Amino acid sequence: MKRVQFDSRFLPYLLLLPQLSIVAIFFYWPAAQAIRSSFYIEDPFGFGASFAGLSNYTDILTSPEYQRVALFTFGFALVVTFLVLAIGLTLAVKADAVIRGQSAYKTILIVVYAIAPPVAGLIGSMFFDQHIGPFVKFVALFGWDMKVGLNYYDTAFALTVIAVWNQIPYNFIFFLSGLQGIPTSVREAAVLDCRSGPRRFFTVILPLLTPTAFFLLVINMTYSLFDTFALIDVIVKDKPADNPITLVYKVYADGFRGNDIGSSSAQSVILMVVVLVLTLIQFRFIERRVHYG
Amino acid sequence: MASIDINQVSKLYDGGVKAVNAVDIQIADGEFIVLVGPSGCGKSTLLRMVAGLESISEGVVRIGDRVVNTVEPADRDIAMVFQNYALYPHMTVRQNMAYGLKNRKTPKAEIDARVDEAARMLELQPYLDRRPRALSGGQRQRVAMGRAIVRKPAAFLFDEPLSNLDAKLRVSMRVEIRKLQRRLGTTSIYVTHDQLEAMTLADRLVVLNGGRIEQIGTPLEVYHTPASTFVASFIGSPAMNLITGHIDGNRLAIWPVGFTFDDEAAYRGEVTVGLRAEDLTVAAPGQPYLPFRVDYVEELGAVRLVHGFVGDQALCASLPVATALSGEMRLGVDPQKFHFFDREGRRLALPFAKARMTFGAEAATVSA
Amino acid sequence: MYKTKFFDHVILIVGCLLMLAPIIVAFTTSTHSAPEIHQKGLMLSLGDNFGETYHKVLFAQTGFNGTVTGLSMMLNSLILGLGFACGKIVLSMLAAYAIVYFRFRFATLAFWMIFTTLLLPLEVRIMPSYQVMSELHLLNTYTGLILPLLASATGTFFFRQFFKSVPEELLEAARIDGAGPVKFFIDILLPLSRSMIAAVFIIMFVYGWNQYLWPILMTTDESFFTLMRGIKQILQVWVGAQIPDYNEAFAMAVLAMLPPVLIVVVFQSWFIKGLTETDK
Repeated sequence: MKRVQFDSRFLPYLLLLPQLSIVAIFFYWPAAQAIRSSFYIEDPFGFGASFAGLSNYTDILTSPEYQRVALFTFGFALVVTFLVLAIGLTLAVKADAVIRGQSAYKTILIVVYAIAPPVAGLIGSMFFDQHIGPFVKFVALFGWDMKVGLNYYDTAFALTVIAVWNQIPYNFIFFLSGLQGIPTSVREAAVLDCRSGPRRFFTVILPLLTPTAFFLLVINMTYSLFDTFALIDVIVKDKPADNPITLVYKVYADGFRGNDIGSSSAQSVILMVVVLVLTLIQFRFIERRVHYG
Repeated sequence: MASIDINQVSKLYDGGVKAVNAVDIQIADGEFIVLVGPSGCGKSTLLRMVAGLESISEGVVRIGDRVVNTVEPADRDIAMVFQNYALYPHMTVRQNMAYGLKNRKTPKAEIDARVDEAARMLELQPYLDRRPRALSGGQRQRVAMGRAIVRKPAAFLFDEPLSNLDAKLRVSMRVEIRKLQRRLGTTSIYVTHDQLEAMTLADRLVVLNGGRIEQIGTPLEVYHTPASTFVASFIGSPAMNLITGHIDGNRLAIWPVGFTFDDEAAYRGEVTVGLRAEDLTVAAPGQPYLPFRVDYVEELGAVRLVHGFVGDQALCASLPVATALSGEMRLGVDPQKFHFFDREGRRLALPFAKARMTFGAEAATVSA
Repeated sequence: MYKTKFFDHVILIVGCLLMLAPIIVAFTTSTHSAPEIHQKGLMLSLGDNFGETYHKVLFAQTGFNGTVTGLSMMLNSLILGLGFACGKIVLSMLAAYAIVYFRFRFATLAFWMIFTTLLLPLEVRIMPSYQVMSELHLLNTYTGLILPLLASATGTFFFRQFFKSVPEELLEAARIDGAGPVKFFIDILLPLSRSMIAAVFIIMFVYGWNQYLWPILMTTDESFFTLMRGIKQILQVWVGAQIPDYNEAFAMAVLAMLPPVLIVVVFQSWFIKGLTETDK
């Protein structure tokens, strides 16, 4: 904290009032509701709710459908995270290495960040459309009859490609920034100590990028878990049953469509725990980065 | 262990800027050469061209007998000590020093032996397993030197290594660097903007200004016979006094006094006269003098620096502490110790000033 | 060394093409007519229907009431983006100021209250949030669209980080000059924060403009539809259609992309600075 601080009596509370009141009304109240509802089962005819203890939780955790969705979610998150990290890093390293045209490359590679997931999904759904999609026509040459929206694995494939496309710029920006944060003199010392570029990369540059990489790891996992909602909604449209969806989408589907508030709330709480773990990891590693080098 | 030959080397940037302009330096094996000059004079650029971190626009650099213009930095057999140490933050001190050798496939036993030896030389043994962030500035600098030493290169390159240290540490590290270089006998190029560092470390100095060499010489040569007004005012502290005079026939006029010599001058017109502060004394009776109006005094403890004016030109004299001061004084001068420079600032050898001289109290106005 | 540079450029160019291709194709395809697209697939050439399609998307009355147009949706997206960005900046600057520069009893509590909002992203609490909004009669209002989105910690953390990096000496000099907390904020901190405010504004505007789930839940009245909501609408209409209106869908996608992309490109350096210097 600051060494010097004001000692006003009322001002700080006044300053915090807007933010805190909004947080209280629009976060804590719904959050509390969600937690509360998770312990109740709603009467199907809408006449009330009865206390159900942990049965919502046990039901959902043992349901094969939930497990299937969970499996897809984490698999999806891992694959997307791995791909965006690898591609983002490669592009950042190359963009850092070239001198001429660097700003043009940077601009082009950043642009896609501004594209909303639903828009990405819309464009993507047409790229993967059975009738007009160029991607579908391309893989047909290899005998792959792609049916996005109908075939589980085809849809999963399309989702992964679009999600990766949408998220590469973010990783690119952070890796480039991380690279440019490494002191030039350290890199020059490495040039004097080591003839081979690839070896320099793996022994000096990459270790110094690990804080950035860890940070992005958590961000990408969060992205895959939550921000892909719109993407799934657009691609899968209104047929979640046979298609790959994430846990977050299931919260929405069970709650709004299926009207199973209790189960949906329990799922929300489970996801909350997951985010808690991820956030703790992120803050622990960020603290470490602050003291780094 | 090698000589370094820098031959007509230039560095051109886009837009026609010549950061280094046709520089020639021949460095003997084992010599400690210091490149000194103000910011922007091209000394670091020159060093980096020798290292291979900057490309050479024109000219040839040889290390030993090998032309290294297109050779990768890692293959030039040189080691560099950077201004901000450039230690690898994620490696321990030992790993930092071993890194260069590991990449050159040196056997492990050899690496360990060299690292231990360098650690002993630099008193780094207690820190071998620490990371750079756990070390002080001075310790980090020593690790940077250790990293250079273990390589046993043909030459050391130092890029203002002491600039980031506090004054006291700078003095002690200066001595250490000199002793180390003497002991190892490795050819060294050292860049600094601090003329005192340059004077105390160098076998020979190269004074650079605006990309060009002003003078190459031993410290004493450069001090006693500066080749230009730039060198004269850059080397030595306090800086050499440079005042304007006129030469006509056999007479040198420094208003309001004049010196008449028994010999004709080989020059005529306006001239810059250089006077070292320590060459000025309180005039004894009969001694030639410059009338001096005192402005203010800086007490250094060992001497006092008296600032004032001769005519309307500023001057600084270094006088003994016990000197009695008054508003108007007479500064004793010895014309044999005058330095002369022409209108472009170049050194003039004027033997007439060594001849017998009579001193005149008023200056005749000399037409230029 | 020359050879590796060439290879670097190759990789970068391939990357750029892959990133840009979908966008370019989306635009060029939107300039053709729907049957043409249905026949030939996505196209790289520029068609003749640019004027017609875009005019229709922007100005044609669609929807059940016949009141919503592409333009009205753009306007709503703009309101959402601007409203959210401005609201976020005001709220989080004030809150961060309080937390960093004041010593008061419940400081830690306030900090943690804001911090925990990171734990539950909106997608996870949509059900109860919707219920709360409906109880407060805030469905189908701009307030309802914007306000709940402000209940997150990100902006506050951005500014907290930034304020912590402001040199202490400034505050000490200001105190000696007789400035109280309000004057200090307005006369000194605010001007200093200009670039940070710009950066955060850009990021938040893009975030607000791109909102999808919340507008879907909050607005059933078509006059409040944003562009993202409009996209959902298009897809719902497609189910069962003979030839989907591909060209209009792409045109809408282009319209939806345009402002955020332009802003990010033009204000690139501020935007990157905002992301990298604060999101740590």
